[in-house]
Amino acid sequence: MTDQKPDIDEHTGVETTGHTWDGIQELNTPLPRWWLFIFFATIVWAVIYMVLMPAIPALPGTGMTNTPGTRGHSDRALVAQEIRALNAERAAGAASLVSASLSEIENDLSLQQFALAMGESAFGDNCATCHGAGGRGAKGYPMLADDIWLWDGTLNGIETTLLHGIRHTEDPDTRQSAMPAFGRDGLLSEKEIEDLVQYVLSLSGGSNDAAAISRAAPIFAQQCAVCHGAAGAGSRQIGAPNLTDEEWLYGGEVRDISLTIHTARNSKMPAWQGRLDEPTIKALAVYVHSLGGGEK
Amino acid sequence: MTRVTLISSREGKPPQPERPVSLYEKRNQIYPKLAHGKFRTVKWLVMAITLGIYYVIPWIRWPRGAGIPDQAVLADFAGEKFYFFFFEIWPQEIYFLGGLIILAALALFLVTSVLGRVWCGYTCPQTVWTDLYIWVERAFEGDRAARMRLDLGPLTFNKAWRKAGKHAVWILIAFVTGGAFILYWHDAPTIARSFFKGESPLTAYFFAGVLTFTTYMLAGTMREQVCTYLCPWPRIQGALTDEDALNVTYRYDRGEPRGALHKEQGFAGRGDCIDCKQCVQVCPMGIDIRDGAQLECIHCALCIDACDDIMRKVDRPAGLIAYDTDRAVSLRAAGQTSAYKLLRTRTVLYAALIVVISALMLWGYTSKSAYEFNVLKDRSPPFVRLSDGSVRNGYTLKLVNKSTTAQTVNVSVIGLDGAEFEIIGIGTAPHGGTLTLTPEAHGVDRYRMLVTVPRNEQSEGERLIVQLTDIHSGDTITAAAPFTTGDR
Repeated sequence: MTDQKPDIDEHTGVETTGHTWDGIQELNTPLPRWWLFIFFATIVWAVIYMVLMPAIPALPGTGMTNTPGTRGHSDRALVAQEIRALNAERAAGAASLVSASLSEIENDLSLQQFALAMGESAFGDNCATCHGAGGRGAKGYPMLADDIWLWDGTLNGIETTLLHGIRHTEDPDTRQSAMPAFGRDGLLSEKEIEDLVQYVLSLSGGSNDAAAISRAAPIFAQQCAVCHGAAGAGSRQIGAPNLTDEEWLYGGEVRDISLTIHTARNSKMPAWQGRLDEPTIKALAVYVHSLGGGEK
Repeated sequence: MTRVTLISSREGKPPQPERPVSLYEKRNQIYPKLAHGKFRTVKWLVMAITLGIYYVIPWIRWPRGAGIPDQAVLADFAGEKFYFFFFEIWPQEIYFLGGLIILAALALFLVTSVLGRVWCGYTCPQTVWTDLYIWVERAFEGDRAARMRLDLGPLTFNKAWRKAGKHAVWILIAFVTGGAFILYWHDAPTIARSFFKGESPLTAYFFAGVLTFTTYMLAGTMREQVCTYLCPWPRIQGALTDEDALNVTYRYDRGEPRGALHKEQGFAGRGDCIDCKQCVQVCPMGIDIRDGAQLECIHCALCIDACDDIMRKVDRPAGLIAYDTDRAVSLRAAGQTSAYKLLRTRTVLYAALIVVISALMLWGYTSKSAYEFNVLKDRSPPFVRLSDGSVRNGYTLKLVNKSTTAQTVNVSVIGLDGAEFEIIGIGTAPHGGTLTLTPEAHGVDRYRMLVTVPRNEQSEGERLIVQLTDIHSGDTITAAAPFTTGDR
């Protein structure tokens, strides 16, 4: 260090740092003392905190865990504890859901109110991602509030779908069916698919291309009627959609239907058995049934 | 570290700091002397009654029906209701409490314009509890002179046990006060038991603790400072009082000129005040009433008792200090006669307002429906088109039954052409039909309702009205909600 005299700013009488930018000098104004003390106190606190609480994360790949802290705090354990407490609080209501049949739940107002409240929150957590809030649906994800069902809209049918899913390969009881990918697998030519689209559209009054329809009629009878029925009304047993209404899960434009025939959709829904407990699945079944589409 | 030197930027010599006037005034301990007389007796009575009300009310039972709390006065936060004997308020009727507060304020205004600060002097909790605490203090340490001697003297065993005993009893009273407060928010016998077993909710311990502390502080150690410095009422008082309000008044027209009494002179050519300072010694606020109306004065009338005592002893008529009006005193001082005027613009106005608001509240309370009814439309999906082209909207019916018995009501949907509706778990009604609900006693029921309108009856921007008809009384209530059909 040179024994230089400190540079004092003549206007304020305050020592400068010696830094000058465009003729502007920086005054040496230290932090207020109380502020500095707080800074030191936070350093001390950080050390105490590191001892008491989980602080240092594990290095990836070393197999070590993070430092647990002496207080044994774990957010994960706290959440688990809160969920256990919540389940304990709901235990009585949940038990009555288990012991009652689905229709008993729906027709007993106090059970129904419990189930709807429980179902609504479970739906929001697990189902609304695809089916939308209130079961409003989206392209490729069926609306649950209308009266159109691919498989089954009764209370028990909805419960079965919830338990085993649709095309959920890990579950042997899952709802199963597969539409062939007519175009991709070379079962039909592009021209035949083009005609077939016009035929399918005509079932709900969406096309009057008479030439194409008459060319496609035998193809439909041969390839499609097995599942969708001779008139195209579909089949609930195998989840084949009704082609005569104006509801199109994957869109009703020519290119949408063309793509469906070309590659098939065969969408999936996971099985919820094992992921959600019995009362939650029953509550969900009653909730979905109450959205509007429920069948008797 | 760098030292900072601040230099005044002003030119010339820096101004010499003047010695600042302190805005802090140290409190002088007040040693109120025990007064005897009719106002002291009234104050003991009022104390007994108000404390009695406070401690007894939570224990009064008032049967209301099965499953409903039977505590006469209860702010039931868990059940979201407020009970006051026959009076019962649900959350959506909280405006009744607003009305009660307005009534309380107007009653205070009226009383103030007629009788001055009687609220402060007799019934304010601060006055009542301070009075109680001074009573305890007197029991342990003796009256004014003995207490002053004790405080001046050295710490002896005698002083120690008297002080300790006083504070112990104070804390006990404070705890009973704070403890009684929580009885108003829970079932009293239940919370009293669970409190000592350590099973009460945390809020109960918190509020009992806070009120124990504040009672001890406010009535034990802060006392008159609460009235002088903390309470807004003495300031509001300035706007409410006038020269016609009855206040505790030193009648200077009769008392002046004051002076020590010399037996041989008698009262000829002088006022009745013998300057004995008894009125100052009994004053819990430590003021001299002879200085006129003051912010600090709570109008407790103890100086009247003290002065009447002295007047009797010196053989003069009582009432040198008395309830009187400013106007009367100044009229008499000017040699005129005076009379008390009860009917004044403000007293008449306050009384009229109290009557009007009470009548409005009574009318509102007696004519309110036993039901509260809302129809909440689903936000998602806003509407559902069914396979036959009809449109369905989903709703939640929220039906509050405030009566203490289960009821039977018919539901119908009106104002929507061709509308059919279904209530989940109840049934389906065709267009123009009704469904029957049995809302549980004293509770809130939710029902899920689906309303369907066929394709050829739809038009955009419609509203439906859900009507409830009580099948016993025939009373109807309605609630409206929008019905959306999309863009078709």
